[in-house]
Amino acid sequence: MTPLGRHGATAALFLCLAASVAATSADGRVIHREPSLYQTVLVTERGATVCLQFEARADVRNQSCVDRRRPRRMVLPYTRMLMGSLLLVPDPETILVIGLGGGVLPTAFAELLPDARIDVVEIDPVVVAVAERFFAFQATDRVRLFVSDARVFTRRARARERRYDLVVLDAFGSEYIPEHLMTVEYFRETRDLLTQRGVVAANTFEDSGLRDHESETWFQAFGPFIEFTRDVSLNRIVLASAAPFPDAATVAERARTWRRRMEPYGVSITDFPKTFDRRPRWDRAREALTDQYAPANLLRSPR
Amino acid sequence: MFHARTIAVHAAAFGGGFVIMSLELLGGRVLAPWFGGSIHVWGSIITVFMVSLAAGYLIGGRLSLRRPSLDKLAGAFLCAALVLYPLVHLAEPAMRWIFDAIEDPRYGSLAASLVLFAPPTVLLGMISPYAVRLLVRNAPESGRVAGTLYFVSTLGSAAGTLGTSFYFVLWLRVDTILTALVAALVVLAAVAFAGARAP
Repeated sequence: MTPLGRHGATAALFLCLAASVAATSADGRVIHREPSLYQTVLVTERGATVCLQFEARADVRNQSCVDRRRPRRMVLPYTRMLMGSLLLVPDPETILVIGLGGGVLPTAFAELLPDARIDVVEIDPVVVAVAERFFAFQATDRVRLFVSDARVFTRRARARERRYDLVVLDAFGSEYIPEHLMTVEYFRETRDLLTQRGVVAANTFEDSGLRDHESETWFQAFGPFIEFTRDVSLNRIVLASAAPFPDAATVAERARTWRRRMEPYGVSITDFPKTFDRRPRWDRAREALTDQYAPANLLRSPR
Repeated sequence: MFHARTIAVHAAAFGGGFVIMSLELLGGRVLAPWFGGSIHVWGSIITVFMVSLAAGYLIGGRLSLRRPSLDKLAGAFLCAALVLYPLVHLAEPAMRWIFDAIEDPRYGSLAASLVLFAPPTVLLGMISPYAVRLLVRNAPESGRVAGTLYFVSTLGSAAGTLGTSFYFVLWLRVDTILTALVAALVVLAAVAFAGARAP
């Protein structure tokens, strides 16, 4: 009945999240380690490549990587794949990026779309500090940074009638998913943030028992969506919109228009439409995730 | 030794501990859609539970001075069920109102935790000291009685924590779990009531 005993379990939850320490990492040597309230943020270096990681286990995937010799080149396949969203909404004027990481995405969007206004939401102030120090991320008048929970930001933005042509949801890790960001209600709130032609591009994963539940969740919020996967990656990009998707010819034409400008980023955008799956399959009997039923992390463990 | 009355009091302690921690974990689920998953949301929830339990201990201890009985313990469980049940229907409008009224998610989540979780938690906090009083017959055994009750109640808390976070949220909707907790409180009231009447 002591407070400590009663809250041992809660405390243990936090400890698991906050204090992960190990000697080696997936890529190269650790040049910076900073524990935050949410995770241990690591910066690793291997040759000219600098990566941001949230844990130091060998099997943990990188969140963000930059090649110092070619700073524009997008090192991680999933960041390149997210640029495929520009085939559905080619000239977004307002962009919301959820999850900063090393700031690779907002930086690329800001360069590629000089007129776009970009809002970035990041929950962890330590990630912001690390992105600024090691990845040269800098908020500006045009790239605004909000340290906030994405769900809270989304509700406030909706109440203030902010609208975005593109919302990039990069908040799901390979190790941990914020469960209140993978529900029908949250996806609908995000849809409410979209302009008439607006598109959501979400970085998520192919390899887990969660996939069918998640697909059903997207479907209930948006109706038909596009699933974009590539052989080089276990990531799955979900592209969803309240508006009808452009036809294949239009998408191919846009890819050709973007091709040259995407080259410095290593984005082979003309290859992308081939694996835009407009009719993804999943088990529709799987329950959608909702605010009432959101065990995303429990469902993803392999069956 | 294993008197029906003794068993009823220990069941009450176990059940009270179970419901408190299950409710606390669900608190995170209930608040997240409005106030997010930031660390301050858990800070708000834990603070409200601590303060509510503290108040409950104090009140339960005071009440135990006046003709303590298992019937009154049953009454506390029934009251807890009564104030917990509205959560199923009123949490959403209450949080919407608080979200609109308070911009800062720290104080928003604190206010919401207070409104939603303090009433049942104060009532459940009363159980422990009251249970001690019901079983203690003389000063020398008071430490042993209290120790056993703490043991049982904290095991209940552990079971409530594990059950909720590992299984209940995987099997059931949040509202279903809350309703089941209300039902559990009614059952505990019945156990206390029956214990009072056991030979």
